[in-house]
Amino acid sequence: MLLRHTTEKEIDRKALTINPAKTCQPVGAMYAALGVHGCLPHSHGSQGCCSYHRSALTRHYKEPVMAATSSFTEGSSVFGGQANLLQAIGTIFSVYDPDIIAVHSTCLSETIGDDLKQIVAKANADGKVPDGKHVIEASTPSYVGSHVTGYHNMLQSIVQHFAIKTDEAKRQVNLLAGWVEPSDMRELKRISKMMGIKTVLVPDTSDVLDAPMTGKFEMYPKGGTTIPELVSMGDSMKTVAIGEWATKGAAIALDNNCKVPFDMLDLPIGVKATDRFIMSLSKAGAVAVPEEIDRERGRLVDMITDMHQYFYGKRVALFGDPDQLLPLCEFLLDLDMVPAYVVSGTPGKTFGKRMKEIFGDKIDQVKFKNGANADMFQLHQWIKQEGVDLLIGNTYGKYIALDEKIPFLRMGFPIVDRVGHSYFPTLGYMGGIRILEKILDLLMQYQDENSPEEKVELVM
Amino acid sequence: MVKKKDYSAGLPDPTPIIDEIISKYPSKVAKKRKKAMVANDPEIDQPVQANVRTIPGIITQRGCTYAGCKGVVLGPTRDIINLVHGPIGCSFYAWLTRRNQTKPETETAENYMMYSFSTDMQDENIVFGGEVKLKEAIREAYKLFNPKAIGVFSTCPVGLIGDDVHAVSRDMKEELGINIFGFSCEGYRGVSQSAGHHIANNGIFKHVVGNNDRPREGKFQINLLGEYNIGGDAFELERLFEEAGITLVSTYSGNSTVESFAYSHTVDLNVVMCHRSINYIAEMMEEKYGIPWIKGNFIGGSSTAKTLRKVAEFFDDAELIEKVEEIIAREEAKVEAVKAAIKPKVEGKLAMMFVGGSRAHHYQDLFEELGMLTVSAGYEFAHRDDYEGRHVIPDIKIDADTRNIEELTITKTDNPELWRDDLVAKKAELEKKGYEFSHYAGMMPQMKKNSLVIDDVSHHETEKLIEFYKPDLFCAGIKEKYVVQKSGVPLKQLHSYDYGGPYAGFEGAINFYKEMERMLVTNVWNLVDTPWKSEPEIVGSMTINA
Repeated sequence: MLLRHTTEKEIDRKALTINPAKTCQPVGAMYAALGVHGCLPHSHGSQGCCSYHRSALTRHYKEPVMAATSSFTEGSSVFGGQANLLQAIGTIFSVYDPDIIAVHSTCLSETIGDDLKQIVAKANADGKVPDGKHVIEASTPSYVGSHVTGYHNMLQSIVQHFAIKTDEAKRQVNLLAGWVEPSDMRELKRISKMMGIKTVLVPDTSDVLDAPMTGKFEMYPKGGTTIPELVSMGDSMKTVAIGEWATKGAAIALDNNCKVPFDMLDLPIGVKATDRFIMSLSKAGAVAVPEEIDRERGRLVDMITDMHQYFYGKRVALFGDPDQLLPLCEFLLDLDMVPAYVVSGTPGKTFGKRMKEIFGDKIDQVKFKNGANADMFQLHQWIKQEGVDLLIGNTYGKYIALDEKIPFLRMGFPIVDRVGHSYFPTLGYMGGIRILEKILDLLMQYQDENSPEEKVELVM
Repeated sequence: MVKKKDYSAGLPDPTPIIDEIISKYPSKVAKKRKKAMVANDPEIDQPVQANVRTIPGIITQRGCTYAGCKGVVLGPTRDIINLVHGPIGCSFYAWLTRRNQTKPETETAENYMMYSFSTDMQDENIVFGGEVKLKEAIREAYKLFNPKAIGVFSTCPVGLIGDDVHAVSRDMKEELGINIFGFSCEGYRGVSQSAGHHIANNGIFKHVVGNNDRPREGKFQINLLGEYNIGGDAFELERLFEEAGITLVSTYSGNSTVESFAYSHTVDLNVVMCHRSINYIAEMMEEKYGIPWIKGNFIGGSSTAKTLRKVAEFFDDAELIEKVEEIIAREEAKVEAVKAAIKPKVEGKLAMMFVGGSRAHHYQDLFEELGMLTVSAGYEFAHRDDYEGRHVIPDIKIDADTRNIEELTITKTDNPELWRDDLVAKKAELEKKGYEFSHYAGMMPQMKKNSLVIDDVSHHETEKLIEFYKPDLFCAGIKEKYVVQKSGVPLKQLHSYDYGGPYAGFEGAINFYKEMERMLVTNVWNLVDTPWKSEPEIVGSMTINA
């Protein structure tokens, strides 16, 4: 037993988090910043933070993840990190030549009270930022929220810094993406194109964190939202924001600063959430939904009807980010599966409210928890109390799945022991088909392996 | 295809590449970085600037003090609850990411390594202090797991707000009656992971070593220091020692228990592998108990044989020496067979290595065995003695960052049964015969003339080195892996072994040779260029037809 000390008996825990279902803000800020073309993320704190975040992202995406650090030592922690950051900005522009440096704070620089806005203003005033180059900043203390909050804060900062409203309205829609894979970013662009809508997608990590092997390292790969695109967002007709936890601040900023109204939506995972996304896009861009989208949707629904007997009544435990979990629960309910246990370490009061909306009168059949004291240890204890047929979450769920012999679908961040997530989307109707394929593979494999020989069947 | 460089007549003077590298830096940065780059001459002493702060804004390989203390040294110990006091990230990132394998003796024996424990500090804990939460977390951990020991690790904000992990640990030790101790290993202390190693060593020595004076159990007793059981390395070494009849009392800290640390002072000899991470414990054990230490290296077949012989020579027992020779003869025959098959395929290939505390040195033995040439190497978090040898220790300037780390004053034990006069005498006698104790020659004397030594290599330097040397293989860590590979150069991770291994001992050498064959003889890199790129006439004819 890998997790031999986990027992089904729970004690009331107030202070100890065991096996967290989240990580800290800066890694999210780093990921969001990588979705802007020519941008070098910069971590303002000890170099360990930057090292850990780069390692975590590299293991998940299996791609170069470049970022610089203020390399605090004890002196900077006492006297403040201004000198470090000013020196860093100078060094970065001369050695690594990015178009944008995206600075995020850490728990260290937040605790000593470094004011990033003021330091960046000073860097500009001192002429440390070359003409046409930018330094943006986001406050991302690790003791508030989670990695999703960091993504949210950096995305908001990117939009706030660049988007400008001019007199010239543009026939385009802003698409704000929550924390999803490069493959999902690519899928969002494919869907928009299919619908004939010009969109500005931000962040856009496709062609950055799924870059091809060419024999030549590019410090700033081809992908990412460009500065002119970011600037133009202030003149868009509408913003469609997907994933409330990750994009709400950016959507509100565009509305407040540039009077671009927004739709706040779930990530398009599963049938209904994708339906809402397509309808929102269609209204925002004032275009009819093309038939090809109907056909993709039809194929997804067809697969559900074909294979319904395998889904019906199966109990599922899930952990991860609220933006993924909410539409995923909705999708599982559409399949007549039972999302029995749901845990997210990311805080946010609306989680409970949304869960109640999604589950409706079925809310009694789910145990759920989110926030700082929600962790995978408790999820495992629940599973021990009454088992499940499927576990969905990031790689860290592997230990629970192996101990309890549960089929395990890897979704979320980080996935460090399998590949495919960067290349095959889980968003949209095609993404729904992929989720179904994966669930079915797991459930059928389990059935095959656990059937008596006389019960093994060729056709399923 | 890039034309490979031929260095069979000797390496060129790397000064021009150093100049080119630093030409891009602002002048202050250039001045500092230049001191960290040395054209090696194994015959002479040359200082390498090491263990100094990384320049802000430079993309570095380095991590932090917490990573060295919790991640490296205490992380692999299975029967202690390693509780991280701080926001969640620090505990999350050090959770199972270092591949330290461990094998409890029974199905139910303690093993907390798959768990991540944190106080998950929230903003109110930063404002009002986190000591109350830490105490409660310790109580909850005790109630749930009933462990024999709990280690508490400080993260950056904990040091700043002044939470006293040591006082909390003392109080809780008294309340719960188990061993509880803290580490002031805030990430900002020191200049790299190395500070964390020192802090971890001090903590273990102060709070654990000597807690159990159990009687000696074997004829030849040793500890392995600085072996972390990445990819099962320690398992391979345990196999060798067991067969030889040498009792491995404790390994610091791969496949280890805090229980074994408690009686690790009852050995006859300490064998230090990773000099940087753990030489402090070896020194302290010698000062307190009179136990001598030697530097060992188990990376490579001949290194393994050499270290085993050195251990046997120390015990000076005919039966042991015979047994060790028997093992070496048998294992080396296996190693030689594989080497003979692989060496012709990889001979003359160029490697460079920028890793860890000793690995950038140790793995040069493996490359040498295969006839490969290390053109450039450096450490991520070493001190000057790791490069130049321990004789420079008295010359190393103690700076403010080093002073931040507690220096323990160790005195000779007053327990006459534990002070080993016999070992002191043995050391003196062997030294007369030329046997080297307490000695590490460092990396540079072993490297070729004009090889380029670089401390704390940066991303910019990495790119330039690849451009200049066009190496066949680059060895570094996960952050560098895909950066280097995108340039068409295979990268071998020497921290995580690319999820392979073991690479220590004889079996390990065989694994590594095979890995080199896989990486260096593969066709994969020939797929990078598209066929239409090299045949432009195809494009031409299409254009004409259009």
